[in-house]
Amino acid sequence: MKTMKYWLTCAAMLLLAQFALAQDAIEITRGSDRATPIAVVPFGWQGGAPLAEDLAEITGNNLRNSGMFTPFDRANMLSHPTRAEEIFPRDWKMLGVEYVLAGEVTSTGAGYQAQYHLYNVAREQVLLSRTVSGSESQLRDMAHKISDEVFEHITGIKGAFSTKLLYVAAERFSADNTRYTLQRSDYDGARAVTLLQSREPILTPSYAPDGQRIAYVSFESRRPEIFVHYIQTGRRERITSFEGLNGAPAWSPDGKRLAFVLSRDGNPEIYVMDLASKQMRRVTNHYGIDTEPAWLDDNTLVFTSDRGGRPQIYKQGLNNGNTERLTFVGNYNANAKLSVDGRTMVMVHRQDGYRNFHIATQDLERGNLKVLTETSLDESPTVAPNGTMLIYATRQQGRGVLMLVSTNGRARSEIPTKFTDLRVPSWSPYLP
Amino acid sequence: MEVIKFGKFAALVVAFGVVVGCSSKGGDAAGTGAVDPNAGYDSSTSSSAGAGSVSSEEAALRAITTFYFEFDSSELKPEAMRALDVHSKDLKAQGNRVVLEGHTDERGTREYNMALGERRAAAVQRYLVLQGVSPAQLELVSYGEEKAAVTGTGEEAWAQNRRVELRK
Repeated sequence: MKTMKYWLTCAAMLLLAQFALAQDAIEITRGSDRATPIAVVPFGWQGGAPLAEDLAEITGNNLRNSGMFTPFDRANMLSHPTRAEEIFPRDWKMLGVEYVLAGEVTSTGAGYQAQYHLYNVAREQVLLSRTVSGSESQLRDMAHKISDEVFEHITGIKGAFSTKLLYVAAERFSADNTRYTLQRSDYDGARAVTLLQSREPILTPSYAPDGQRIAYVSFESRRPEIFVHYIQTGRRERITSFEGLNGAPAWSPDGKRLAFVLSRDGNPEIYVMDLASKQMRRVTNHYGIDTEPAWLDDNTLVFTSDRGGRPQIYKQGLNNGNTERLTFVGNYNANAKLSVDGRTMVMVHRQDGYRNFHIATQDLERGNLKVLTETSLDESPTVAPNGTMLIYATRQQGRGVLMLVSTNGRARSEIPTKFTDLRVPSWSPYLP
Repeated sequence: MEVIKFGKFAALVVAFGVVVGCSSKGGDAAGTGAVDPNAGYDSSTSSSAGAGSVSSEEAALRAITTFYFEFDSSELKPEAMRALDVHSKDLKAQGNRVVLEGHTDERGTREYNMALGERRAAAVQRYLVLQGVSPAQLELVSYGEEKAAVTGTGEEAWAQNRRVELRK
């Protein structure tokens, strides 16, 4: 009976997938709920020279990126209040705006402070009046903090706008001369800083759960090696340098272990290392390709394997060793990442009979799959710690670009950069 | 891309033709210069009565150090095997160490492609070892899709990027 139910579910999923394919791509990628209209009024500033950053613009973009808000065009605003008592509900009701965020920046001598007010138009009520402060170089941090507080107050979801992004930039000067740099920026691509530079590839950077360490693969010795890099000090520790592949490092949720791929036993297998003791154990044992481990929880890995003929996602317990296949729709499912709550898996997905690789999410309880992107060589998804947004790599006119997309599919934008070719993004956890 | 690849192969065949043609008429192996000047030099100095055509064909094959693969395949093509036969002879005679670099095209995920690139390098290694080359002479490195020979998206670029390079 159970098996029959299972097959019926599978059949239903296949039908659904077919149906999804038949739809216009835009239908697939747009959520059904309406984004909440919010007016983020330009912040008041009485100083002489304009501020280095436009806090309202950054905040509006943040809220838009979540896919849950539509910032109201400031050119169409009837007034520009900066204080709570200057917000007149009738000005905003007629514009269809549900919330108003207004504020003012003042100089504190050493730095700046921004006082802001979040106003509910229908209830004609101030919901939040707060102050954030910082130095000149922290103006963007101030905007991100305001965004986090406003986002959480309205949605009940912790904001993830103060997070960071790792990615690799490649500048190809000729066939055998490429400069690879590991970059760390705001989640939205601003303020990129170079952490590492090499003439050989850098791959698969990954943020530790503590936000202090990162792991990556570097070919600097002309072979792949896995490193752990301490962001604050720049100190680096070589973790593996075995013959063959050394790849795909992934941090355990407790930050104490690293899963990765080695082929020293003849073909790619997944290993887990305890970082304090450097004790290592092999997790998989199959003649196929096993790679791209990700942690479902402290005792369970998911990974890509072609043991069934094509790359698909499997799950394996570290204690009992039981292996279970998780993906059944599509002829290529790989590079799974998990939402922090462990309920949603994001992966690279290719439909049967199609050539293009997309990013898709799969609900791990119900199994249903949703294709999120419509570009063609999509890969390396990484999810914001609150699960509302993801960033992935794709190609446009022959160059690698990073795209930010909300998980509800409504918002999408390209991560701005001064480099020609970007790849392998990794979203940080919440940072202190 | 199939066109370009075919073009390359055709050029090689033409080169052989020139070489074999010249040799059979008693000429020297200067024709191989079109493929690799050093190989041409080798064959012309080493060739004596009647050995010219064989060694110049060998020289042309020796000049082939990049071996191409079909999509999602690590199977060696016949032309790659012919070139590897010559390389295995050299490796056995000289005992030197070479690096086999495996590469893939840009499709699919980067870490999965690392594994595919290694599979290709391992296929070349296996073939050479079967010909009697010591595994200790062969170092395998996969670069996956990280070091494209040709940039750009499409069959043409992809075919030139799915390769193993033998490097001294």
